[in-house]
Amino acid sequence: MHRLFPHTPEDISKMLGDCGLTELSQLYVDVPQELKLKEPYKLPARMSEPEVRRFFDDLGRRNRQGMICFAGAGFYDHYTPAAALNLVGRSEFLTAYTPYQPEISQGTLQYIFEYQTMMSRLTGMEISNASMYDGATATAEAMMMAVASVRKRRRVLVSATINPAYRRVVDTYAHYHGIEVETIAEADGVTSREDLEAKLQEFSDVAAVIVPVPNYYGIVEDYTGLSELVHSNKALLVMTCVAADLAVLKTPGEWGADIACGDSQSLGIPLSYGGPYLGFICSTKALMRKMPGRVVGATHDSEGRRCFVLTLQAREQHIRREKATSNICSNQGLMTLYVSIYMSLMGAEGLREIAEHGHAAAEYLAKKMTEDGRASLRYPDKPFLNEFVLRTDYPVDTLIHAAMKSENILAGVKLNEHEILMAATEMQTREDIDRLAAVARKCN
Amino acid sequence: MIYYSKTHEYINMINDTEGYVGISAFAAKQLGNVVYVDLPEADDEFEQGEDFGAIESVKAASDLYAPVDLEVIEVNEALADDPRLINADPMKNFIMKVEVKDASQLEELMDEAAYADFCAKEH
Amino acid sequence: MNKELYGNLVFELSHKGRKGYALPANGLDNAGALNDMPAAVMRTGAPDLPECDELTVVRHYNNMSTNNFGVDTGFYPLGSCTMKYNPKLNEEIASHRAFAGLHPFAPASAVQGALKAYWTLQQLLSEIGGMSEFTLNPFAGAHGELTGLMVIRRYHESRGDTKRRKVIVPDSAHGTNPASAAVAGLEIVEVKSRPDGTVDVDDLRPLLDDTVAAMMMTNPNTLGIFEKNIPEIAHMVHEAGALMYYDGANLNPMLGVARPGDMGFDVMHINLHKTFSTPHGGGGPGSGPVGVREGLEEFLPTPRVVRRHVNSDDQPVAEENRFAIEYGPEALGSISATLGNFAVQLRALSYILSLGSDGLMQVGPLATLNANYIKEMLKDDYLLPIETVCKHEFVFDGLRDKSTGVTTLNVAKRLLDHGYHAPTIYFPLLFHESLMIEPTESESLETLDDFIGVMHDIAREARETPDVVINAPHNTPITHPDDTEAALHPILTYDELAAQ
Repeated sequence: MHRLFPHTPEDISKMLGDCGLTELSQLYVDVPQELKLKEPYKLPARMSEPEVRRFFDDLGRRNRQGMICFAGAGFYDHYTPAAALNLVGRSEFLTAYTPYQPEISQGTLQYIFEYQTMMSRLTGMEISNASMYDGATATAEAMMMAVASVRKRRRVLVSATINPAYRRVVDTYAHYHGIEVETIAEADGVTSREDLEAKLQEFSDVAAVIVPVPNYYGIVEDYTGLSELVHSNKALLVMTCVAADLAVLKTPGEWGADIACGDSQSLGIPLSYGGPYLGFICSTKALMRKMPGRVVGATHDSEGRRCFVLTLQAREQHIRREKATSNICSNQGLMTLYVSIYMSLMGAEGLREIAEHGHAAAEYLAKKMTEDGRASLRYPDKPFLNEFVLRTDYPVDTLIHAAMKSENILAGVKLNEHEILMAATEMQTREDIDRLAAVARKCN
Repeated sequence: MIYYSKTHEYINMINDTEGYVGISAFAAKQLGNVVYVDLPEADDEFEQGEDFGAIESVKAASDLYAPVDLEVIEVNEALADDPRLINADPMKNFIMKVEVKDASQLEELMDEAAYADFCAKEH
Repeated sequence: MNKELYGNLVFELSHKGRKGYALPANGLDNAGALNDMPAAVMRTGAPDLPECDELTVVRHYNNMSTNNFGVDTGFYPLGSCTMKYNPKLNEEIASHRAFAGLHPFAPASAVQGALKAYWTLQQLLSEIGGMSEFTLNPFAGAHGELTGLMVIRRYHESRGDTKRRKVIVPDSAHGTNPASAAVAGLEIVEVKSRPDGTVDVDDLRPLLDDTVAAMMMTNPNTLGIFEKNIPEIAHMVHEAGALMYYDGANLNPMLGVARPGDMGFDVMHINLHKTFSTPHGGGGPGSGPVGVREGLEEFLPTPRVVRRHVNSDDQPVAEENRFAIEYGPEALGSISATLGNFAVQLRALSYILSLGSDGLMQVGPLATLNANYIKEMLKDDYLLPIETVCKHEFVFDGLRDKSTGVTTLNVAKRLLDHGYHAPTIYFPLLFHESLMIEPTESESLETLDDFIGVMHDIAREARETPDVVINAPHNTPITHPDDTEAALHPILTYDELAAQ
């Protein structure tokens, strides 16, 4: 028998006998013969643990290791605390199912409640749900939530400055869900207020306006007056955010947003080639009943002890079925534990220091990359936190490949032949930046 | 005169054109402890069969459907503060007062006796 | 599990001035760096987050974890959730340093190992599902369903057939099926079950016309019964021009026995966190890969991972560019920003390699044996509405003796006292007292016998001292939480709690 199965041949015979059977195949008498596998799967033979390790070590060697990472575009290389990495591996957390039995799930329910609190404080919103998949799907779900909250309006306006990887997902959900998406034009790297006003004039059925914090180009846009404009047109304001940045940037709550969404990967979650990350949705309490996904609430037990339960379940897919406006069931639960631990270790001061480091490094990076006059900031007049677009005289591909080969540095995310998006965090040093700038000086 | 729909809403007519809309005692019992009522707003208009709100208990939810074409005159705001009033007395604690747009549609609904039969079969 | 409630919240352990981190020195002037930002775009005041040293945080979450029940704690017979053992090796692989630091938008040449891992899992799942190709991008089972239905809509759209907007779903379906269909912009038509829980073919026939996009089924169904009419159903659905969708939530008993592709399904999803042993993580992250039969590959969502030996000019591709990411024009669009929950995919790949072909062939039969064994040993005390061989799970309609006043909920809660997780209850909706049990292949005969013993004890208690069962649980960190109060006056943050 395989190490993962406890059954001895004697066990199998006994159990079959107690079921009035003699062979395992009799358990499948109801499966038509022509549907049954005629031979074993054409798959590799079983591997021992050392063999599996070796397989992944071999694969791992095909990845470039230990790169200094100036790539961002929504996902950032941050410090991942050992305590957070370790604690999410606690098997009581890791191997539990959704906390449908609150009596034996207070651990899970408690950390989700902590997470909801921390996210609402970080975003400046009143409430948070218990997580979405990633920032892109969270933004798409926020769109559907807004449409479900506003009667008989099925159009959303999306700023041209949101992350295009998010926009693709928003467009996909909108297409199949029957929502019209209009783009608010960009003017010098930011959302055009003029175009937004024009579109709000043109369309009387706008349910929501979606804008980014910060935007895809790293620019921190000034949304003064935006919520008044959107609300006077009876639409909702949705902000899609990089979570960690809200420790220092004006929050969706302060801007007057109705829904804040985005990705919390920036709260110290390993990059891990795309996931698991952590989508979030926070909102005003007024929209609580339209919130997708799970929500944990506080209550008391029969002996008066404070405890936590999944609540507002009547909103959810398993009850609403075909009336549901979201189908999310499994979410990214364990990652809410990760960021709760992360934020508990960091505190507000730690998040601020991280933002300062990122900003100082990004400013130094911008200065060094433009020093020789062969590259310039694409939007020099716009404020950025830790990411910016660099326009280069030399091909971006040359820079990316040279930096990778000679310095093991990932220079950024290519936007087009002569524009690259570059980000800095607390993980890169002055020396790393000097090395990258030196590579750039040699690019042609 | 009280009329009932197959989706368990009642409309309790107070004159030829106005009435109170709520959910039947049968439906209230089926749902259990009501924890939330999603109320429409005054002046909203709904067509017969259109959903005008929703009602939730801890483990169930149900949309509310307009029994006839109607316009909302006022909603019962007390339900926002204490939705359990519905369990206490669903007839007294109506959801909204409405103006009926097409009185002939009332004929399509069930009277008290017919509704009692209907519930007996559904149970 | 610790039966004493720990109960503290991290906010209550916070102490001003403490911290649990140290940032690397970067050689730059960081302090005050943000002063050049325009005040209009900066937040006023810092968020109120905990201030804790590392040990306080570690003890807090460790203590919290002791009030939680996982597969590693004890038997978890939760129907339709496939709570099998999550091998430790998979966790080690998932956090492998050679993958953990990779940026999702790194050039393909720098991440060939990751792309090969993704591509390899695609291939293995295709063989297991009997499909032509998989995407691993969907983040969870419901996300897979949504993606699969989008594939189907895209397929009809590509043929200019836009009137197909209905999806037929059995009344025994998982709640996510109709919800996923609704999100995908499809209208749900329910088809009735026969008394044995299988689809009523006569009820299905009149529903099939040229407005039907797909039929969505799980096989075995949520009662654990194999739909033996599946070839006929698939034929009827295909004749009507619609596609067959396989909800892979119940794939486990089919491992080693039959493949959805061979049953006539065109599109399917797999829950890696069920069948392929990745941990549930208290609700996620999961992974819901979607497979399609030949002819539908181009509709799969982007980004897609492809293997190339030659480029578009027919020139050989260097080893370092063997695997690439594509955004094809016919794709349904994107349903994720990246290639999905990559670390979850690594775990599933590790599991499949550990089992190998021969190990996988045994999964279904052993899971099915365990379920039938429990069913047969308990049907004297519990009402078994469908008396046939089941697959990986089965449903009791509560206790056989209904005179005691003990409900399925009571039985479930009493199990908690005995150190078991509860089965799935009140689902499927076909019975009033549904109690759905799925043991998985991971559990030993001794574990099953202990569970059977306890279930018999509970049935006896129900007859002799029913109040003990009705008032359960008695022996858990909390008991009888007030759900109504929680829903009536929702308190969703510590701030709301503190304001009380």
